[in-house]
Amino acid sequence: MSRLVGWLFVLPALSVYAVFVLRPLALTVQYSLYRWDGIGPSTWVGWDNYLAVLTEPDLVGAIGHALVLVVIFTGVPLCLGLPAAAVLRRATGGRAVRAVLLLPQAVPLVAAGFAWSLLLSSTGAVNRLLAAVGLDGVTRAWLGDSSTALAAVGVIGAWALLGLCTTLLLVGVDRIDPALHEAARLDGAGPWQEFRAVTLPGVRRELGVCATVTTTAALASFDVVYVTTQGGPGNATAVPGLEVFSLAFAQREVGLASALAVVLVVLVLAVVAPVLRWSR
Amino acid sequence: MTAGRRGRAAGPLLLLALVVVTLAPFAELFVTALHPPGTYPRGLTWPEDPHWSNFATAFRSARVDRLLVSSGLVVLCAVPATLALAVPAGYALGHLRFPGHRVVFGLFALGLVLPLEAVVTPLYHQVRDLGLLNTRCGLVTALVAVHLPFAVFWMRAHFAGASRELSDGARLDGAGPWQLFRRVHLPLARPAASSLAVLLCAWTWNHFLLAIVLVDDPEQRTAAGVLGAFQGRWGTDVPLLCAGTLLILAPVLPAFALLHRRVSADVVRAALTKD
Repeated sequence: MSRLVGWLFVLPALSVYAVFVLRPLALTVQYSLYRWDGIGPSTWVGWDNYLAVLTEPDLVGAIGHALVLVVIFTGVPLCLGLPAAAVLRRATGGRAVRAVLLLPQAVPLVAAGFAWSLLLSSTGAVNRLLAAVGLDGVTRAWLGDSSTALAAVGVIGAWALLGLCTTLLLVGVDRIDPALHEAARLDGAGPWQEFRAVTLPGVRRELGVCATVTTTAALASFDVVYVTTQGGPGNATAVPGLEVFSLAFAQREVGLASALAVVLVVLVLAVVAPVLRWSR
Repeated sequence: MTAGRRGRAAGPLLLLALVVVTLAPFAELFVTALHPPGTYPRGLTWPEDPHWSNFATAFRSARVDRLLVSSGLVVLCAVPATLALAVPAGYALGHLRFPGHRVVFGLFALGLVLPLEAVVTPLYHQVRDLGLLNTRCGLVTALVAVHLPFAVFWMRAHFAGASRELSDGARLDGAGPWQLFRRVHLPLARPAASSLAVLLCAWTWNHFLLAIVLVDDPEQRTAAGVLGAFQGRWGTDVPLLCAGTLLILAPVLPAFALLHRRVSADVVRAALTKD
């Protein structure tokens, strides 16, 4: 009896969560099997919505864009964050640097997207910098050019996640026994070998947590795209989050939107599960 | 030797570059906000004649005072409610380990990685059917629910480290389950809970998707939802848009800067706590 009292402590949270998250999740799965405009009667269509998600070029493209964003959102913060953490461990004034790097976590992505759209505009600071170093040839409206827009969105996301990843990785780097570094060097390991043999295994768990956070952020990205490009130019930055939103609320294709959302959940789980298993 | 020296110079240079890139968007917002209203200034240039009055104009024309009060109300309702639900739940999952706690935790863990897009459409219909569409109450309830998985996860990580001897001792002294929680464990959880509160404040303030879906009137949204509306209002007036954005960001930044050390230490602890 006394062991069951735990349920009393967890039930309030569980019921709110069940009604406002789990129930909607189940309904999304249900909606995905129907054709429905959100108001009138719905018709059962079985797997048709899923077939559409996996064959309609626009929707397949959106999923592809999300996967590209996974690579950028994850790759850039980890490749820069790990060396930054290694330097920060010994740097003087590291505390101030850490605080600055975490600032993006405190601002809405909508504001960050807006500020970056100014920096990346045709007369923005990025292009002025490029022109100043003689790279006039590559200047462009980075978010308005269909060949660079997706990468530009990726950069904004990477900017937002870099500090968080650095902070997490710093803990892992800190925890590594200095004697291991010493031993590696005594065995004649170069910096790269030392990194491979000592640092990388030491921060495995932190890398797993970072990759989970960045992957989820990339696959579910909405705010940045909504405020910078609205999916354009053309469909160059259309992402599933934006498609779900516009299908459900503007085009009244609730069934299709739901199928896309379910595919997105499956995608998140498929990417996150192996990462977490690897990092254990 | 030279390689070593070069390596030593590369480190600080990397940090410097990262700091500059991190601050660039803030600097851009700030200098652009000082240009004459209605212009489209070139990136990162200091205006010849700084228009400090833009901040006052933006404040008045967007009624920023009302927006701040409204977002503040959302935060003031959502954050305590989330804590009130998540702290006992984290206690039960982390410390009491009642039969079935793994299943319950699994459900919350799913919520940790669940894209909001997967629930937003039915959530909209549900809130509409409850008659809470376009109300602060509906938005608050939805925000509490979507922040619960992380909050529960966080508090569970804290209570997983709580002392069993302490509980056993208190039980021997005749403390019931509620007293044990209320008088022994709750006071000890205060630091973890207050860091969580800071994070929840920032996330609620900065939340966008639910705010634009559930509330049409910008004056009842979260701060981030308000920003979306700013673009409609001043679409072409970039300096005023920048000034308005900074006014909306202003309340969170200082709080976060002051508290970041405690919070970041706690984030790390919660993220890395194993079973």
